[in-house]
Amino acid sequence: MNSATTQGKAALELDGLRKSFGKTEIIRGVDLSIGDGERHAIIGPNGAGKSTLFNLITGRFPSTSGKVRLNGQDLAGLAPFQINRMGLSRSFQITNIFPKMTVFENVRCSLLWARGYKYSFWHMVSRAPDLTEAAEAILEQINLTERRDLPAGVLSYAEQRALEIGITMAGGANVIMLDEPTAGMSHSETDYIVDLIRKVTEGKTLIMVEHDMGVVFGLADRISVLVYGEIIATGRPEEVRANPKVQEAYLGAALEAEH
Amino acid sequence: MDLILVNLIDGLVTGLLLFMLSAGLTLIFSMMGVLNFAHASFYMLGAYFAYQISLFLGFWVGLLVAPIIVGVAGAGVERYGLRRVHQYGHVPELIFTFGLALLIEEVVQFIWGKSQMAYEIPEVLEFTAFAIAGNSIPAYKIFMIFMSVAIFIVLLYVLTRTRVGMIIQAALSYPKTVEALGHNVPLVFMGVFGVGTALAGVAGVIAGPVLGTFPGMAIVLGSIVFVTIVIGGLGSLWGALVASLLIGWITTFAKSYNIEMANILTGIGISPPENMSESMFRDLWTVTSPQIADILPYILMVLILVFRPYGLFGKRDA
Amino acid sequence: MTDTTQKAALSRPPIITLSNAMPWIVATVFLALMPVIFPSNSAITIMNQMAITIIFALAYNMLLGQGGMLSFGHAVYMGVGGFVCVHVMNYVEDFGVPLPLPVLPLFGGLFGMGLALIVGSFSTRKAGTVFAMISLGVGELIAACSVIIVAFFGGEEGISGDRTYGLPVFGVEFLQQIDVYYLIAFWLLLSALLMYLFSRTPIGRMANAVRDNPERAEFLGYSARWVRFYSFVASGFFAGIAGGLFAINYEIVTEENLNLAQSGTILLITFLGGVGFFFGPILGAILFTLLQTVLSLQTELWALYLGALFVVTVMFFPGGLAGLIMMHTMPLKFGKLGSLVGPYLKTLVPGAIGILGLAAALEIVFHLRHAALGDSEMTLFWTTFDSHSVAPLAIAVIAAVGGFWLAKRAAPGMAEAYHAANTPRGGSV
Repeated sequence: MNSATTQGKAALELDGLRKSFGKTEIIRGVDLSIGDGERHAIIGPNGAGKSTLFNLITGRFPSTSGKVRLNGQDLAGLAPFQINRMGLSRSFQITNIFPKMTVFENVRCSLLWARGYKYSFWHMVSRAPDLTEAAEAILEQINLTERRDLPAGVLSYAEQRALEIGITMAGGANVIMLDEPTAGMSHSETDYIVDLIRKVTEGKTLIMVEHDMGVVFGLADRISVLVYGEIIATGRPEEVRANPKVQEAYLGAALEAEH
Repeated sequence: MDLILVNLIDGLVTGLLLFMLSAGLTLIFSMMGVLNFAHASFYMLGAYFAYQISLFLGFWVGLLVAPIIVGVAGAGVERYGLRRVHQYGHVPELIFTFGLALLIEEVVQFIWGKSQMAYEIPEVLEFTAFAIAGNSIPAYKIFMIFMSVAIFIVLLYVLTRTRVGMIIQAALSYPKTVEALGHNVPLVFMGVFGVGTALAGVAGVIAGPVLGTFPGMAIVLGSIVFVTIVIGGLGSLWGALVASLLIGWITTFAKSYNIEMANILTGIGISPPENMSESMFRDLWTVTSPQIADILPYILMVLILVFRPYGLFGKRDA
Repeated sequence: MTDTTQKAALSRPPIITLSNAMPWIVATVFLALMPVIFPSNSAITIMNQMAITIIFALAYNMLLGQGGMLSFGHAVYMGVGGFVCVHVMNYVEDFGVPLPLPVLPLFGGLFGMGLALIVGSFSTRKAGTVFAMISLGVGELIAACSVIIVAFFGGEEGISGDRTYGLPVFGVEFLQQIDVYYLIAFWLLLSALLMYLFSRTPIGRMANAVRDNPERAEFLGYSARWVRFYSFVASGFFAGIAGGLFAINYEIVTEENLNLAQSGTILLITFLGGVGFFFGPILGAILFTLLQTVLSLQTELWALYLGALFVVTVMFFPGGLAGLIMMHTMPLKFGKLGSLVGPYLKTLVPGAIGILGLAAALEIVFHLRHAALGDSEMTLFWTTFDSHSVAPLAIAVIAAVGGFWLAKRAAPGMAEAYHAANTPRGGSV
C-alpha cells in the first residue's frame, strides 16, 4: 500500500492486482484504496492500462492475480451483473447504450434490478409509478426530458454521453465508475457533463478515468497516476502535481499547461 | 479385423466428404462471422451442374468446371446478397442464407424436377480396387479419398505458404487489424466465400454419383455439416477435420455393427421389463445401433455443448 | 388542489383504459363474426389453421423479435405440445378421466415449457449463431427421435386421437369445425393477450435490452443468459399451446410437426410479417396461410415464389410487412398519405405487371419442361394456350422486362414523394 485512506472506511480496495494478455503484462501489481464518498481520478498516458483496470474491477475481464474488494467483499470470479448488484456501476469509454430503445426506456431498464423487479413477469412496467417517476427524475437531471421518446441511437454525441451517465447512476449504486466521461466533447459540453457528474454523484464514491486535466483537478479529491500498469503516485491533486516522479513520467509540461 | 478395416475406409470416405463441406463452412464463418446456411445447397448445385456437364462433355470436364461455376455463383451471392444484408447484423445474415437454401432447392426442382438424376460414376473408375476378406472396395472410393486428401493438402499449402493464405489466417484471428492494415477485406471475403462454396461444389461433384443427385441432398447433409463444425469448434479448421472424421467413423461403425440396447442394459445388470409391449421403455429396449446411427452426431453435439460449450477445438466466440 | 392532482397523476394508472383495450375488443368482435361472414367449412378450416399459426408465430417472435434469438428448431416445442395433447386425449378416453377438452392445450403448453426448460438451460448461454446452431441440432435430434421412440411419437404414422372423447362442455361436443373454431379463437385471444402483457413486464423489457446490447444489460445487474432463458421458456409454453390446439384441430400429430421444414416455415412467416412489432407475426401468419392456400391451388411453383419473396424481404425490407406499414405513420401524422398514392401507383403497378410477367414466363417454361409428353395445353390467368408456341412466352417476357423497366424509372419519384411525405407541412425537418 502506498497510500493511506483519507476518509475512513474503504469503498474499493485493489490488492496486488495483475493482468496479462498472453505474455504481455498490462496491469503490473496495482494497490489502491478508495475511501467511501471519495472522488478519485485515475490518470495516465495512453496505453497505461486505465481502461483495463476498470474492466478488471467490474468483472469484464478476469484478473491474473490479486484481489478486488468492494466494501470489504472479495469480487473474485464474479460476473459483471453480480458485481453490479453489490452496488458498483460503471459507464463506458465508447458509448454503450440501448440504441433502438427510447431514452426513457434506457433509463427505466437501468432502474429495474435495483428497484427489486428482477426477472418479474407479473408486474407491468407501465403500471409501476415508482419506476416512471424515478426514470423521469433522472431524465430531468440529465436534461433529456425533451428527448424522452426518441430512440437513444438518434441523440447527439453529448446527449448520448449524458444518457450513459444517467444509465450508470440510475440504479443508485454507491460506487460509480466513469470511463472518460468527457472524451470527444467540446468545452461547453464538458462543462455541462462536469456539472452533471458533480450533481449526480453527490455523497457517492466516484472513480473516473479522465484525460482532461481541467475536469480531473476540478472534480477529484484524490488522483492516482497509472503508468505502464503501475501506480506511481496517489494523493491530493496538489501533491500529485508537485510529485517529481509524475512530472518526469507523465507529461509534466502538459500538467503545467492545463493549469 | 478385416471388417474393421473396411469400415475404417468407409468412415474415412464419409468423414473426408464432410470435411470438404465443413472446411469451407468454417473458413467462411471464421472470416465473416456468417454461418452459411446455404452451404450444402452449393454442394447440391455442384452435383447438378456436374451432371448437366457430364451429359455433354463427360465426368472429368464436369469435375473441373462445375466447382468453378459454383464458386462464381457463391462469390456473386456474397457480393450482391450477403454484403447488402451485412449492415443489418449477423442474425439477418443467417436468415438470408437460410432463405437462399430454400430458394436454391426450389430453383433446382424448377430446372431438373423432383426425381433423382442419372448421374453415374465414370466408367474408368467402375472396377474393384481391391478386396478385403471378400469385401470389395470400389475404385471410386479410393478416388474420393485421393481427391479429398489432395484438396486438403492444397488448402493447407495455400493457407500456410502463400501471401493470400497469410492474410486469411491473420483475418481468422484479428479481422479488424487486417482491415486496418489496408487489405481489401471485402475482396478477401468474396474470395473466401467463392472458394468455400467451390469446395462444397467439388464435394457435390464427387458425392453426387454415390449418394444420389436429388433435390433433398442438401438437407440430408446440411444439418450434419453444421453439427460437425459446432462439435469441432466454430472457426477451427482442425476441429472441422477431427469432427468430420469422428462423425464419419461413428456413423459407419454404428451402422455396420448391430449393437442392441437390450444387450447393453442386461450387461449392466438391468433386467428387461416383464411385459415388453406394455412397457413405457419398450423403445429404449429395442433400440439398435444402426437405428440411431444418423442421430449420433446430434447426441454428440448436445453432449459436447453441455460439457465443452466452445466445441473440441474452439477458442473464439461467435 | 394542485397537490391532489399531482398525486393523482403519480398514482397507478388504471388497468384498463378504452384506448388500450380497444384493439382487443375489436379482435374479439372480429373473431366472433368471422364464421358468420365466412360460414363455409373450408373457410373455417383455413381460419383454424391461421389462428394456430398466429399463436405459434407470436411465440416464435418472443425469441426472434423481442429476444434476438434465431431458432431453427422451434417446431419441436409446438410438436411436443401436440404429441402430449394427443396422448392425454387418448388416456382420458381410455380411463374416463373427467378432463374437459378446452383445458387440454394447457398440457401442451406445460410440456412445451418443460422441454424448453431443459434445452434452454444450455442453449441460451449465447445468442446469435451459437444459439441458432444448437436450436438446429436439438430440433433435428428430436425430430429424428420420432422414428425411434415409437411409443411416444408413433413412428412415421404419428399419433392420432379423438377430440370428442369426453362429456360435452356446456352442451358442446366439438364434433363440428365451428365448435373447434371458437375454442381456438378463445385460446388465440388469451395467448396473444398474455404474450403482449409479457412484453410489458420487467423481464419482457429486459429481453429487448439484452437483444440490443447484452453487455450493457449485464452491467445493469441482469444476467443476459437468464433473461434469454426466461424468454425461451415462455416462448416454449405458448408454442406448446399452439401444438395442443393443432392436436385438437387435426386430431393427428406426426413427425412433420417437428422437423426442420416446419421450423423454417415459422421463421419465414414471422419474418415476412415483421419481427419489429408485436402485430407483425399476426400479419405474417394471415398472409402466409392465404398465400399458401391460394397459390398452392393455382401453381406447382408456389414454394419457389414464396422462397423468392422471403429472400427479397430479407434483402430489401428487413422490417417485413409490419415495418412497411409502420413506415407510413409519419406521413399519416402529417396528413400527407394522399400525396403518396400517385407515385406509389406509378411504380407498383408496373412492378406488379413485371412480377406477373416473370411468373408467367416461369410457368410456361416449367410446363414446357415438366408436363407429360404430348400435353402442350396450359391455362394461365384464365387464358388457355399452347405452351410450346413462342407467342405466349414472348408476351410474358415483354411484360416482365417492360414492367420492371417502368417500375425502375418511376422508383426515384416514389422515393422522393416518400421523403416529402415525411416532412411536416410548410417546413423542413
